[in-house]
Amino acid sequence: MIDWTQKEEIWELRLSKKPCNEIGTEMFQKLERFLTEIKGSNAKSLIIYSALESGFCAGADLRELYKEMISQPKDQYRPKMKAFLNRAHDVMNAFDMLPLSTIAVVHGACFGGGFELALTCDLIVAEPSARFCFPELRLGIIPGFGGIPRLKREVGNAFVRDLLFTGRSINAQKANTLGFVSQVVKEGEGLNVARLTARQTAKFDMETLKSAKAFIKRLPEEELEREKQLFLFLFERPNVIEALSRFVQSTDLRSYLP
Amino acid sequence: MTSHTLSKLIELAAKRFRIEPRTLQPEDDIFIKLEMNSFQALSLLSDLELAFDIEIPDYELQGVKTFQGLADVIDKRR
Repeated sequence: MIDWTQKEEIWELRLSKKPCNEIGTEMFQKLERFLTEIKGSNAKSLIIYSALESGFCAGADLRELYKEMISQPKDQYRPKMKAFLNRAHDVMNAFDMLPLSTIAVVHGACFGGGFELALTCDLIVAEPSARFCFPELRLGIIPGFGGIPRLKREVGNAFVRDLLFTGRSINAQKANTLGFVSQVVKEGEGLNVARLTARQTAKFDMETLKSAKAFIKRLPEEELEREKQLFLFLFERPNVIEALSRFVQSTDLRSYLP
Repeated sequence: MTSHTLSKLIELAAKRFRIEPRTLQPEDDIFIKLEMNSFQALSLLSDLELAFDIEIPDYELQGVKTFQGLADVIDKRR
């Protein structure tokens, strides 16, 4: 599902949960274990990449989420979802503010929660096949792992609205032009380029990097909290469970397309 | 213009799916013919946008089933 390796002070986190690294309970457990380990290490740089052809990450594990929800009485939806969101935010916030440089290597699908994970990284290196998308509004919800504040941190509000309100996906070149992808590289070369970049960032004084990162990246906590509250409000409506049900029961090969 | 777009589109699809271009016909159902899932469809979309230097919002592809239909969408964006 996920594993990690280290070479000197550069760590690599590899995602490999089929079909496309969907983030559910088990993934969170592993990510939490990884975070504990890297925080206690001498790591200077981290690369996150996917070993799967399908892409970087297709987002939250909606099938698991749906099964979890329908196994509960309706009055338990909110506390269950709140616990899930809190856990997701803790993990994403921890990645966002790791005291080292972080690089996501993206190819293929980078959707929803997967896009939110990539946005926690300091740099995104993308291959031409990469596609970035927030499809949540199709289900009647918004991104819930801190994705809106993080995308707003990188690009203009108008583009955030475009991506959210249309649910369309954009390619690596467009993402690079917008500014949240720092490099577009040849297909299959993302990891090599990320390793070179990681070596470069690891040359500098870590205290300076840590201070600069805290100065540049830190998000207002109240904005993240508001996102959670809005997500919970939207999630409680019956049409969301219906939309999740349709998605989960779909056998259409095109289920990830708008 | 469409015939040029169509042949280029078929060439790109054949390259991504490692099949002979001549086996693809304008009226073939793209998903069935290429046995393509949604992840592969997204990668093909990126190939097309980069090759034709255009943006194709996914929602413009709703209901598009054939290579010819896709070529028509591309031409409207050029």
